[in-house]
Amino acid sequence: MRVLAQIAMVMNLDKCIGCHTCSVTCKQTWTNRTGVEYAWFNNVETKPGIGFPRRYEDQERWRGGWTLDRRGRLMLRSGGRVRRLLSLFSNPHLPALEDYYEPVTYDYDNLLSAPAGPDLPVARPRSVLTGRPTAITWGANWEDGLGGAPEHAGGDPNLSGEWAEKVRFEFEQTFLFHLPRLCEHCLNPACVSACPSGAMYKRAEDGIVLVDQDRCRGWRMCVTACPYKKVYVNHATGKAEKCTFCFPRIEAGQPTVCSETCVGRLRYLGLLLYDADRVGEAAATPDEQDLLDAQRGVFLDPRDPDVIAVARESGIPGDWLEAARRSPVYDLVARYRVALPLHPEYRTLPMVWYVPPLSPVLDAVGAAGGDQDDPDHVFAAVTRLRIPLEYLASLFTAGDTDVVGGVLMKLTALRSYMRAVSLGDAADEADGTALRAVGLDDAEARDLHRLLAVAKYTDRYVVPAAHKEDAAALTAVESGCPVESAGGLSGAGPSAGGRVSLGMPTLRRTSPEGHA
Amino acid sequence: MNTGTSSLAPASVGGAGLLLWVAVPYACLAVFVAGHVWRYRQDQFGWTSRTSQLLEHRWLRWGSPLFHLGTFMVIAGHVVGLAVPASWTRAVGVDEHLYHAAAVWAGSAAGAAMVAGLGMLCARRLLTRRIRLGTDRSDKVLFPLLSLTVLLGIWATAAHNVLGGGYDYRETVSVWFRGLFALSPRPEAIADAPLLFRLHALSACLLFAAWPFTRLVHVWSAPVGYLVRPYLVYRRRTPAPAAPCRTRSRSRS
Repeated sequence: MRVLAQIAMVMNLDKCIGCHTCSVTCKQTWTNRTGVEYAWFNNVETKPGIGFPRRYEDQERWRGGWTLDRRGRLMLRSGGRVRRLLSLFSNPHLPALEDYYEPVTYDYDNLLSAPAGPDLPVARPRSVLTGRPTAITWGANWEDGLGGAPEHAGGDPNLSGEWAEKVRFEFEQTFLFHLPRLCEHCLNPACVSACPSGAMYKRAEDGIVLVDQDRCRGWRMCVTACPYKKVYVNHATGKAEKCTFCFPRIEAGQPTVCSETCVGRLRYLGLLLYDADRVGEAAATPDEQDLLDAQRGVFLDPRDPDVIAVARESGIPGDWLEAARRSPVYDLVARYRVALPLHPEYRTLPMVWYVPPLSPVLDAVGAAGGDQDDPDHVFAAVTRLRIPLEYLASLFTAGDTDVVGGVLMKLTALRSYMRAVSLGDAADEADGTALRAVGLDDAEARDLHRLLAVAKYTDRYVVPAAHKEDAAALTAVESGCPVESAGGLSGAGPSAGGRVSLGMPTLRRTSPEGHA
Repeated sequence: MNTGTSSLAPASVGGAGLLLWVAVPYACLAVFVAGHVWRYRQDQFGWTSRTSQLLEHRWLRWGSPLFHLGTFMVIAGHVVGLAVPASWTRAVGVDEHLYHAAAVWAGSAAGAAMVAGLGMLCARRLLTRRIRLGTDRSDKVLFPLLSLTVLLGIWATAAHNVLGGGYDYRETVSVWFRGLFALSPRPEAIADAPLLFRLHALSACLLFAAWPFTRLVHVWSAPVGYLVRPYLVYRRRTPAPAAPCRTRSRSRS
C-alpha cells in the first residue's frame, strides 16, 4: 500500500443553475491571454447537448482515454507508444479550432469613433485570429439552456439506442440540466501517459495534474489523450495548458476560483487518500460497469488506523490526515456513495465527481401528474422512466442504470424524510421506512442532509494548506505574478531575471486593423 | 583527413576563399553551438515545435509528414555523401556507378517528398491568414532560408547529376566538409565546385547559424525517451525529505 493524498471535488448537480460564474471567473484568472482565448479550463454545458469541444465524448472519433487491449492490459485509445511518435508530424485525432470556436472580439472603438449620423453605431464582431469581421457561429456554451437543441442536441454522443430516438422526437417534453466541467485530475491520467516529453505530471502531494511549461515541446498528444478534452494548445506559445486546480490557492488552503465563486454553492473540495499501488489494477477492471466500484476501492478510509499509520510513514502530515477525516468529498463519494464520476468508462479514474441531478426525474413525475414529494411516486418513476435514467447512466456509470437509480432513490428518500422531520406533519414518513430502504439511518440522513443542503463554507471546502516545510518552494511561486507575461502560466517560466525573449511566444498580436 | 584519390593541389585560394570556406563555416558552427547552449539554458519556455495544427490541419495533414520523412531521408543521404569518404564505400564494394545510381534515385525521392512537404507548409503559412499573422520573426528567417537551401540543393543535383553529365561532389565538397571537422580546413577543395553546390553549402552554413534561434531546436527534443519511460509520471512539489527526488519540478526553479 502506497498512500497518497489528492485534493478532489464533488459537484451537486441539482443545485447548478447554469449561471457560468465559475467559467467566467476561471477565464479571468487563467485564460484571458493571447493564445488561449478559446480555452475554457472550466465550462458549463447543458445536457443533453454535444458539449465543448463539439462531441468531445465521441471517443471513436477523438480517441481519448484508455481502453483494454486483447490481453486485457490498459492501453491508450489513441494507440501505443510507437504509433504516438509516428503521429507527431500530424496528429489525426486533434480537434481543430472549428471544433472549439473562433475567438472573437468586438469593434468597440466604432462606438466612439463613428462619425455623427442617423444610425446608432454598433460594435461588430471580429476574429481575434485574423482581425477580420466574422460571424459568430459557435461558442463554449452555444447550447445553453438547450439553445439550438432541435438542430444539434441529437448529436450528443450519450444519446444512442431506442430511448435516444424518443428523446429526439419528443424534445418538447425533454429534460435538461447543467454540467460544469473542469480537468478531472485523474488518478490514471491519459494526458500524462501520452506526453512524449514527460512534461505533464501528477503531483505526489495533492494529486494535481500540471503541465511543466518549460518541458512541454508542443507535441499535442495530451489533447488527444484527454477524453474530457481539458488540455488545450496555446496557439501563441505552441505549448499545452490545462486547468491547474488553482494550485497557488490550494497550496494556501483556499478553494479553487470556480468553487470560491460558485453562486449555487454546489461544489465541495476535500482530500481523498488513495492507494497508488492499486490505481493501474483498478483502471484495468475488465467490465466498464465495475470501474466505479473499482475506483471506490482505491480510496482509503482516513479513519482506518492502518491507513493512518502507512500515511504517516509516507510523509503525509498530521493536519492533512485530519483534513482527510473531515473531507466532504470522502463522505459524498465513499461513505454515502451519492457522488459518481463522469464517464468512468474512459478508465482515467477521474477525481471530480457529481451528485446526479434528481430534477429530470422530478420534472417527469410532475408532468405525469405524480406527487414529487411522495417517495413512492418518485421511486416508481426512477424505475420506470427510462429516458433520463439511461441518459444519466451513460454519463456517470458507464450505462448501469441501477447505480444511478439507487442514488436518485437515496436522494428522494432523504428529501421526503427530512421534509417530514422538519415540518413534523407526516409522522408515518418520519418513521424512516423509505430511508431504511436506501440504507440510511436517522443520524446519517441528518448528516447527509446537512452536507447537501446547509453546509457552510468551511464545511464545503476542507483544503489543508501546503506545509511549512515547503515554504521555500512556495515563495518562489508567489514571487511571480500569474499574468506577468503574455504567454506563460504562473510559476511556469524561469525566474524573471533569467527570462529571455526571442520574440517568439509572447505575441500580443496587433492585426492590421488595429484590433487585438 | 585522408584526401582519398583527390588530385587537388594545396593551392592557395586567396582571401575570399578563406573567408567563404573557412571563416564563414567556422563562425556559423560557433554560433550554432553557442546559440544552442545559450538558448537551452535561457529559453526553455520558448523551446517548442510551435505547432499550428490547431489553426490549420488540412494542408498540414500531408505537408508535415511528407516534409519530415523526406527530411530524414535527405539528412541520411547527406551523412553518407559528406561524411563517408568515397574510398570507404568502394572498400565495402559499392562502386562509383552503384553509388551514383542509388544517390540519384533515393535522393530524388527524398528530395521530392521534402520539397512537396515544405511547399505545402509554406503555402499554408502564406495563404492561411490565421497562421500568417501568427508567424514570428524567427519563422520569417527560417522558412525562406530553409526553402533556399533545399531548392539550391535540389537544383544542383538536378542540373549536374540528373540532367548533366554527373559531378562527383564526393571528391570536392565532401573533402572540404570533412576538413572542417578534422580541423584541417581544405578550402581549395570546394573553391572550384560548380556555383550551385557552393551556394548550397553557404546557405546551409547560414541555416546552421540560424538554427538555435528558430523552431528548429525542436529537432533535439525528438522524444525517443518516451518509448521506455513509465506511463504515469509523479513529481513532488519539493524534494522529499527522506529520498532525494529524481525530477524536481523545473517549473519552480
